[in-house]
Amino acid sequence: MSFLNRQSNILDFTLSSLLRRKGKNLALTIVYSFVVFLVASVVFFVLSLKREATLALRDSPEIIVQRMMAGRHDLIPVVYAEKLRGIRGVQRAKPRLWGYYYDPTSGANYTVIASDDLKESPGEVALGAGVARTMGSFEGKVPFKAHDGSFVNLKVKGVMASESELVSSDLVLMNEGDFRMLFNYPAESATDIVLSVRNQKEFATIAAKIAHDLPDTRPILRDELLRTYDAVFDWRGGMVVVVLTGALLAFVILAWDKATGLSAEEKREIGVLKAIGWGTGDVLLMKFWEGAAVSLTSFFVGVLAAYVHVYFGSFVLFEPALKGWSVLYPKFALTPILSAFHVGSIFVLTVVPYTVATIVPSWRAATIDPDAVMRA
Amino acid sequence: MLEARQVHKVFNAGKPNEFVAVDDVSLTVEDRKLTVLKGPSGSGKTTLLSLLGCMARPTSGRVAVDGREVSGLPEKFLTEIRRKTFGFVFQQFHLIKGITALENVMLPAYPIGGSHGTLKKRALHLFELFGMQQKAQSRVEWLSGGEAQRVAIARALINDPAVIVADEPTAHLDTKLSVEFMDVLGRLKAEGRTIIVASHDPLVYESKVVDRMVAMRDGRVVQAEGRS
Amino acid sequence: MIFSPAIVALLAGSALVTLMLVYSSCYGGQILQHWDLASGSERQLELERRTSLISTIISYGMAFQAFLLVLFIYAADRLAPFFTGAMCAAGSLHANTWGYPAMLLKVLNVVLAGVWLVLNHTDSSAYDYPAIKAKYRLLMLMTPLAAAETIAQAVYFLGLKPNIITSCCGTLFTAEAAGAVGALLALPVDLMEWGFAGLLALTLGLGTYVYRREHGAEAFSLVSAIMFLVSVLAVISFISPYIYELPTHHCPFCLLQKEYGYIGYPMYLSLLVATVCGIGTGAIEPFKHRRSLKEAAPRIQKRLALASLVAFAVFAAISVAEIALSNLKM
Repeated sequence: MSFLNRQSNILDFTLSSLLRRKGKNLALTIVYSFVVFLVASVVFFVLSLKREATLALRDSPEIIVQRMMAGRHDLIPVVYAEKLRGIRGVQRAKPRLWGYYYDPTSGANYTVIASDDLKESPGEVALGAGVARTMGSFEGKVPFKAHDGSFVNLKVKGVMASESELVSSDLVLMNEGDFRMLFNYPAESATDIVLSVRNQKEFATIAAKIAHDLPDTRPILRDELLRTYDAVFDWRGGMVVVVLTGALLAFVILAWDKATGLSAEEKREIGVLKAIGWGTGDVLLMKFWEGAAVSLTSFFVGVLAAYVHVYFGSFVLFEPALKGWSVLYPKFALTPILSAFHVGSIFVLTVVPYTVATIVPSWRAATIDPDAVMRA
Repeated sequence: MLEARQVHKVFNAGKPNEFVAVDDVSLTVEDRKLTVLKGPSGSGKTTLLSLLGCMARPTSGRVAVDGREVSGLPEKFLTEIRRKTFGFVFQQFHLIKGITALENVMLPAYPIGGSHGTLKKRALHLFELFGMQQKAQSRVEWLSGGEAQRVAIARALINDPAVIVADEPTAHLDTKLSVEFMDVLGRLKAEGRTIIVASHDPLVYESKVVDRMVAMRDGRVVQAEGRS
Repeated sequence: MIFSPAIVALLAGSALVTLMLVYSSCYGGQILQHWDLASGSERQLELERRTSLISTIISYGMAFQAFLLVLFIYAADRLAPFFTGAMCAAGSLHANTWGYPAMLLKVLNVVLAGVWLVLNHTDSSAYDYPAIKAKYRLLMLMTPLAAAETIAQAVYFLGLKPNIITSCCGTLFTAEAAGAVGALLALPVDLMEWGFAGLLALTLGLGTYVYRREHGAEAFSLVSAIMFLVSVLAVISFISPYIYELPTHHCPFCLLQKEYGYIGYPMYLSLLVATVCGIGTGAIEPFKHRRSLKEAAPRIQKRLALASLVAFAVFAAISVAEIALSNLKM
């Protein structure tokens, strides 16, 4: 009981002390919060992007088979699909037709896919929201430049929903015949073949069989894709945090400086406290609560601000860095996630360095000789 | 009973500005009496006061409180004893600005762990004793010299100490307030407390409440006389 | 190499703690050499001031170490998807030779840190610093261990390459697995169960004895340490299959995952607390008879013994509850 009372009494005094020196403490808290905000924004952003990518990839086919020619991705014979269907464990093997189309007027690259949805609609296309925005349409038709330099006008059947912008923004879906005509794609070739496999455990065996039966192909497993994306996001996130080290260091120096640079008034106050009966331990406790109050406030404010920034403010501060010179930048919102693990990482990256930087200065302050006060 | 046995206090030992503040002083302070340490500035009376009051440790020699030796204690234990046994009144009062008089009085008791409510009651009671209830919630910056003096004394009394230690308490007071101060000390002595005062003000050491006078010069005791 | 904010946090955090301990050891060395309570010299006063600083620094360091241990386990768990065949921390840690050593060092350091905190508390409860030399000797042991842990962790993380074929806990923790784990699991389950129950009874009994009679603390601390190891083995051997409701699943890490209600955390936490408190009672024993600790030492010992008992009981209760409520009947 007396332990709690002691804590609460000293905490009481600490808070009133902090409020008495509003200017200095406010400045520190703002900078501290900003640092937390930066780190937290990066962590939340990367975390959410990873999540979105994972979700998006979940619908991707289990195995994609591509044909290789001299180490590069080449067209694959449609007849390979038969062979692949024959492998035990493969449910379906479907050839895919897709490629990139460069639009000279906008300078943008679109991904063109021959889609079954448009099998019955030759001469029509479905556009992703980004494409619709950049390509001007005239009387509901959009022009495509064919392989021979002529222009083909295709009717816009519809624009893909904005919820899917992250994945569909740059897509153009068209009829297979139109695709082959536009790009002069040989009739017996496809871009790749996708397989659906029943049993997850058989991926490795099937991949091995494919490599054996069709040695000029390479199978790409969805799991590998997921792993690679995860690793890339993590890595990028980690790199940015390392880059932020500069900011963190500056912050730590500021914290240390602030803690060491006690004003004469503060020194006097601590001297008086010690003279009237506070021990070093008590003053240290006061300094601890001071640090805790500043840290917790800044941490909370910083994390909250980052949360709002990333999930509700569309991470405006990162946009210039991410957009680069991409012409088709999808408009999308990230789904909020909160993870104790990631909050813990943010804590270790911000509050811990601050605390460590202030331990020695706090202790120095706490060991001020009460004697000096008597003398004054 | 406070006892100092052959205490020395040296500052900056071994350095060119080495300074011996207290030089081989042995002194016993009796209970329930008012003892004055008299001497000019630099005589070591303030240092001796801080040694007796367990605020500093002697370089050599022993200090004992009620027979228990305290000079070798770690700071934590020394502070505990000091908190419970001593109440200090400083020359400049040293009240903390920006908080109320009431909070100032409660401060020494914070680390001990009583509940805030109990402390507040005790503090208010002390204000009543000094007839200052209405000033309890005022900021210390707004108090007059006399009021600040009384707050400083009240603060020294919050933990109900057996010993009151005052260092040049009348240095910034006029005659009227100085006389008042000595009266308060007399009252406290009558309550059974031990008082030690360091001063070179005649108003203090010639006051009739003084039981014993110890004269100091250059860190040594030159004369110790009692009063009946 | 795998790199993420969490890993940066762990690397930086560990390095920071090691630095704090190294800084403390420098002063610790001075204290071990020149400490003389009887003298009032300025050097002694300075040392006394320093020891309060060092204690503060190390206390913070210990708290961080405990936090970093949890973060590490969590991070290892999260890394599992990167390695083919890994489904929990067991696989991630197995991805290169430094994973398990890093983890074991971390656990050891947290236990030592706890014991240090007990010694520190005891030392500052007495007016003549009875345990000060013991405290700093322990620090001298802990510092290189902390450095080793930081290095092992760094080498582990820096050496991770995603998509490495590693083992799933399913193959690591089976009776066919090579090494000690395999030998352990090949033992008949009955033996393990009775062994565990028996040792638990001994621990609880001895703890109560220490609590009541203030005697036998050293034996208790030894038994606590053994109980810790046996409990972990018990988790691997027969407790975890009940939690997973699968007789072949013995992994000690999967129970930290969401699907099992994160039950691993309270289990391991109570086990750690119990061990630290148990070993702590023994750590105080050499100082119990000092005059300055006459009241404080028995009081601290009793509290520690009680805490240890409660924590072991909590662990046992959780284990028994999981076994009883499990749908698996073996």
